[in-house]
Amino acid sequence: MFYREAGQFKTSYKADQALMPILQDRVGLIAILGVAFIVIPAFANDFFLTSIMIPFLVFSLAAIGLNVLTGFCGQLSLGTGAFMGVGAYAAYKLTTIFPDANVIVMVLLSGVFSAAIGAVFGLPSLRIKGLYLAVTTLAAQFFLEWCFIRIPWLYNNNASGAIEVPHREMFGIVVSGAEATPIVRYFIVLCITAGIAFLMANVLRGRIGRSWMMIRDMDIAAELMGIRPLQTKLMAFAVSSYICGVAGAMMVFFWLNAAEPSSYSIALSFQILFMVILGGLGSLGGSFMGAAFIWILPVFLKFIPGTLGFDVAAETVEHVTFMIVGALIIFFLIVEPHGFARLWQIGKQKLRVWPFPY
Amino acid sequence: MNALVTDSSMTSAEAETQVERELLLRVDNVSLSFGGVKAITDISFDIQKGEIRAIIGPNGAGKTSMLNVINGFYHPQEGTITWQGKVRRKMKPYEAASQGIARTFQNVALFKGMTTLDNIMSGRSLKMHKNFFWQLLWRGPAEQEEIEHRRKVEDIIDFLEIQAIRKTPVGRLPYGLQKRVELGRALAMEPELLLLDEPMAGMNLEEKEDMSRFILDVNQEFGTTIALIEHDMGVVMDLSDRVVVLDYGKKIADGPPEEVQANQAVIDAYLGVSH
Amino acid sequence: MLYDIFIDPFVQMYEMPDFFLQVLWEGFVAGILYALIALGFVLIFKASGVFNFAQGIMVVFAGLTLVGLHENGVPAYLALILTIGVMGVLAYGVERVVMRPLVNQPDIILLMATIGLTYFLIGFGEFVFGGEPKQMITEELGLPTGSTAFEFGERGLVILQHIDIAAAVIAVIMVAALGIFFNKTRIGRALRAVADDHQAALSVGISLNQIWAIVWFAAGLVALATGIMWGARSDVSFALEIVAFKALPVLILGGFTSIPGAIVGGLIIGFGEKIGELYWGGLVGGGIESWLAYIIALIFLLFRPQGLFGERIIERV
Repeated sequence: MFYREAGQFKTSYKADQALMPILQDRVGLIAILGVAFIVIPAFANDFFLTSIMIPFLVFSLAAIGLNVLTGFCGQLSLGTGAFMGVGAYAAYKLTTIFPDANVIVMVLLSGVFSAAIGAVFGLPSLRIKGLYLAVTTLAAQFFLEWCFIRIPWLYNNNASGAIEVPHREMFGIVVSGAEATPIVRYFIVLCITAGIAFLMANVLRGRIGRSWMMIRDMDIAAELMGIRPLQTKLMAFAVSSYICGVAGAMMVFFWLNAAEPSSYSIALSFQILFMVILGGLGSLGGSFMGAAFIWILPVFLKFIPGTLGFDVAAETVEHVTFMIVGALIIFFLIVEPHGFARLWQIGKQKLRVWPFPY
Repeated sequence: MNALVTDSSMTSAEAETQVERELLLRVDNVSLSFGGVKAITDISFDIQKGEIRAIIGPNGAGKTSMLNVINGFYHPQEGTITWQGKVRRKMKPYEAASQGIARTFQNVALFKGMTTLDNIMSGRSLKMHKNFFWQLLWRGPAEQEEIEHRRKVEDIIDFLEIQAIRKTPVGRLPYGLQKRVELGRALAMEPELLLLDEPMAGMNLEEKEDMSRFILDVNQEFGTTIALIEHDMGVVMDLSDRVVVLDYGKKIADGPPEEVQANQAVIDAYLGVSH
Repeated sequence: MLYDIFIDPFVQMYEMPDFFLQVLWEGFVAGILYALIALGFVLIFKASGVFNFAQGIMVVFAGLTLVGLHENGVPAYLALILTIGVMGVLAYGVERVVMRPLVNQPDIILLMATIGLTYFLIGFGEFVFGGEPKQMITEELGLPTGSTAFEFGERGLVILQHIDIAAAVIAVIMVAALGIFFNKTRIGRALRAVADDHQAALSVGISLNQIWAIVWFAAGLVALATGIMWGARSDVSFALEIVAFKALPVLILGGFTSIPGAIVGGLIIGFGEKIGELYWGGLVGGGIESWLAYIIALIFLLFRPQGLFGERIIERV
């Protein structure tokens, strides 16, 4: 009743291929943006911002990055964590080499480095497909992780082997370093994530996005229709790695303040992959939903025993969390292999025909 | 309708073919083998501009392999392929596509995750050039380009009478319609030469009639040259201008339908005579 | 610099042959263990097309169950039998809960499900038996623990751990047993039929579910054997997970469906990794063991995408 396109006629191709052709979708998006930009900053406390919203947005962006590669171009990657790491280390080096430069520009620039490295590790994708490719991306993961440990130049020879975010200001406001307030960090992360998500939505509905999906759905047919496989795949690797790199840089600059090589381990790669799969391969909105689920669920689980009055060791909670997350992943894969994005679509379809079943 | 064929800007290659106008493609002494298995042995034939050329033969005769050779997917060990008067070097499939060879597949090879509209739009990929940064912005040139090509794609959708399934993911379509969408996708490339690999396999009579009509229309209205593999002899005899017959990777007959029909070697191949 | 890369390592090999032999032996043993993990992968992949990411964790889980039971007062051999039982239950459970509902899903979904299984097993294992590393009960199981030193040349010494020899012997026996099982028994034939074509196998009356349960159980047994051998060399803990990933490049080298491939691939990776680390690793600061295997596999794949024993891929349209 409330959600249907009946009566919304399109009189031009331009209107027909708009990002959100249905009015209700546009209203919904504006409402979400309103909540994100106004309601949350106005009412949320610091804990909510730093422990939930900022990591959620960072992970959403990383999930979008991986989704571009795996969901849209069909190239399975297990090296996301390392590409995020490249972004983080590149941003760190850039800000220490150019101390006066704008830190946000540096964060955005750092993605270029991970894009280049991602493209290099994407080269084998021309000859290697499917699961084989997934295994070779592990090479990227372990090799880059090793670089983060063994090349002291990358962390400016810090004794701890970690990178620590320097104190930087912009227009008189502290934006990075330990003194930056959660609200400032939140706004920066929100703007970058929303901006990149919007730009990607544009790319994905145009020629380039279509050529990625062609490769994903049927690579041979795509090639016979004039798509150059190597260029197209490398571009997907580069774009995906750029986004992951920016997410990785944001992760350390606006969330953690300091990071070690182990922050960008294979565990992170899996975490992002879960977000993408559970959210829905090939769906931008799904990336957000997957990130929310995978990040917020463990946070939530941590508080259950306490609120119920049980006194359980932190270790046990962690183990149980692992079990529950593992079981839930299998559960959701069985219930809806296409992820939350598909559930969302089904829900919309139901709304469309409501109050009738179909 | 005319919009569909306007793109053929005069290239130098085409200017040369003015001299030798008739021949679009010639295959000379082509042999192809996989390991020790010979798929195609010493085959020569040609395709003239504007004709419907049928390739027939029993199963395993090497028909599909022949198409794969023509559009650069397989590389023959021997023989040459002359395209528009020029001997073609070993090339990648996407190069063949950019020279104007389009193709449909024996087993429907649509992009299953995409809608009908997107599938046909994907046929326009080669004609769209706005780069990544315009795509990022969308507003402006990228959107203009998209609309321009959307218009052409809509023409094809009208032509094939598939307006109703424009926004349906192709995976959900029945087989006959999928074949039609696949034809549309190939047409969107505005090809010089259209290779159809069993366009009517698994169709009922009505669907076959529709498809035959589309193929004839494509050939007559747009002047597209068509090479066609088909098992339904009735269709082949009605549609094609000339027929080449393969058996066990060898050419056994070549000529107009009536002639081929009467050829003893062809009859033997189909009815089975001990070799 | 060039001297360090191209000449010096070989000079070292020549001058200290005993050390080189020792390195080869280490590589051999590591290779056997990788091969055993890869074997579990191959079994499951052959029969169901599932890339079982959890195989490495199953190794740890099996070892942990065995040790954990023993710690709680169960005699060693009874613990072994019970662990086999646990692996059976696990196989049945996986078939019932994961495989059956997900049949016919794309590869990546099945892969994700096994990663989910990995998380579950890690959490479950640590929840039940605790997260700290444990000692493998090598002696209690009657496995040899000593070592023998062979004199080599004039002053050289090569030390072989008995447990390593036992591991090699057990690996050989297991591969032979699997070979016989696959080629000579009725279930083995059914397995191969399922591996070739699920639907065709179904149509001649082979129960997919039964086959899958059997295959997962077989993979569980392989995992248990691997877990014991591996645990005897180091501690039993989920830190082994990272090492278990090494089975993946092994698979790439050998092909996902070839048992001999898994063995040969395992040995190549084992040798390559140890030799690379000890003779070349120092040049770049060491620790290259963590990625060398993947790079070897990657380079190899570029030249032979189908693996060592795979057939040449002819793409068709």
